[in-house]
Amino acid sequence: MTEIFTKLELYFNYPFVRYAMIVGVLISLCSSLLGVTLVLKRFSFIGDGLSHVAFGAMAIAGVLGLTNDMMLVLPVTVISAVLLLRTGQNTKIKGDASVAMISVGALAVGYLLMNIFSKSSNLSGDVCSILFGSTSILTLSRTEVWLSTVLSLAVVLIFVLFYNKIFCVTFDESFAKATGMRVGLYNLLIAVIIAVIIVLSMNLVGSLLISALVIFPALSAMRVFKSFKSVTVCSAVLSVCCSALGILVSVLAGTPVGSTVVAADITAFFLFSLTGAFMGGRRK
Amino acid sequence: MSQLICRDLCLGYDGREIVHGLNFEIDAGDYLCIVGENGSGKSTLMRTLLGLQPPMSGKVLTGEGLLQKEIGYLPQQTAVQKDFPATVREIVISGFQGRCGLRPFYTKEEKRIAEENIERMGISHLAKRCYRELSGGQQQRVLLARALCATGKMLLLDEPVSGLDPKATAEMYRLIEKLNSDGITVIMISHDMEAALSYADRILHIGNTVFFGTKQEYLNSELYKGFCAGGGKA
Repeated sequence: MTEIFTKLELYFNYPFVRYAMIVGVLISLCSSLLGVTLVLKRFSFIGDGLSHVAFGAMAIAGVLGLTNDMMLVLPVTVISAVLLLRTGQNTKIKGDASVAMISVGALAVGYLLMNIFSKSSNLSGDVCSILFGSTSILTLSRTEVWLSTVLSLAVVLIFVLFYNKIFCVTFDESFAKATGMRVGLYNLLIAVIIAVIIVLSMNLVGSLLISALVIFPALSAMRVFKSFKSVTVCSAVLSVCCSALGILVSVLAGTPVGSTVVAADITAFFLFSLTGAFMGGRRK
Repeated sequence: MSQLICRDLCLGYDGREIVHGLNFEIDAGDYLCIVGENGSGKSTLMRTLLGLQPPMSGKVLTGEGLLQKEIGYLPQQTAVQKDFPATVREIVISGFQGRCGLRPFYTKEEKRIAEENIERMGISHLAKRCYRELSGGQQQRVLLARALCATGKMLLLDEPVSGLDPKATAEMYRLIEKLNSDGITVIMISHDMEAALSYADRILHIGNTVFFGTKQEYLNSELYKGFCAGGGKA
């Protein structure tokens, strides 16, 4: 045991490990906040689609040789979120199809571009890093750390300020609209926040695993807790714990960060499901 | 001036007309039942009254200090709600959201009124319970308490007793009647002709022919006789 702690102490002397920890915890905090809304509003698919768009944008940024790819990826993903929500709202089936179209399209074009214009000798390594995160959280620059921190805090702040409104829009959209709430505006807000979260999470878990980071904590919390507030708080705490644990384990054991974090989330989900079943089995 | 006036209202969607020539006025304290066959436009009318969808032509006017967004709405339940992790208290107080504007949190006064409405619906003992664990009748009361938070003047109920057992149905009707006698205008969509005729004082029948008038006038109308003879089950 002491051995592990000495090893950790050694690792935490390196700034990049500290950065990874700070950014990882913040990212998992904000990604879990909107999970409940996403699951309940059946918006999960939008998150998935957006993460592929982010992959495409990342590839373009790589091809253009941008030093700070977030500057391109963020606006592209936000705009796609707005567009997807617009189409998704009007016609249900078309919306689903358009999400599939955009996400697969972005994935294919992104890979194609990377392949044709690649300057790096390790192409599959680059792709793997974008898709599964692998080591990108450990190679963050100072600017990226600051940007991630500011964005995460902004997401948390906005969520707290709009908590009651998000609840209302999630629970009953037509009632909210009938009482004069600007539902379209809040849906837009939710979509933009999702986009920001996805871009942030790409550093931690990569674009293929983002949905796991968003959805698992919420689903776990919903197994056990019964009020919206407790579900939200629990999923935030759970997500932070799982990420911290995942990052520690991956640093110690040398496993890829993203998949270790998600594995921790999955384990938590099963534990919570069991607890939920023992507490009286809320599911029929 | 009446609380709610519909002038030459023509309803429909996607360019397809369902009902036209709707003219009626609702005064404060009225108990109006909207009846008609499936697909006759009852729900479309309700959505139009709430401002959720624009009429194809004609106008919905509100008066006596009632704003359109102050109409309390009891919608039919959606699939999302059946599995929603939220307590009764959280849901009831969300009825105030419409008047919050950009204010992020609820005031003490709003919390107090929410508690009052919970009590008024006789569900105080359930306030901390999770919505998805309640029975159908209890859930309807929660949503009714929420609608009361949004309004003090007018309630629009969309088939409030659908899916309820006879006992819960009777209790629901009794609650609505009590709210009406407290001075709240009630507009109810109903399939239940018997209840409509025993509780409402005005009837709006929509379909190929439109009828609007008092209960007595409706009972004497050809439309009612035809509806009952033709439908039988109504």
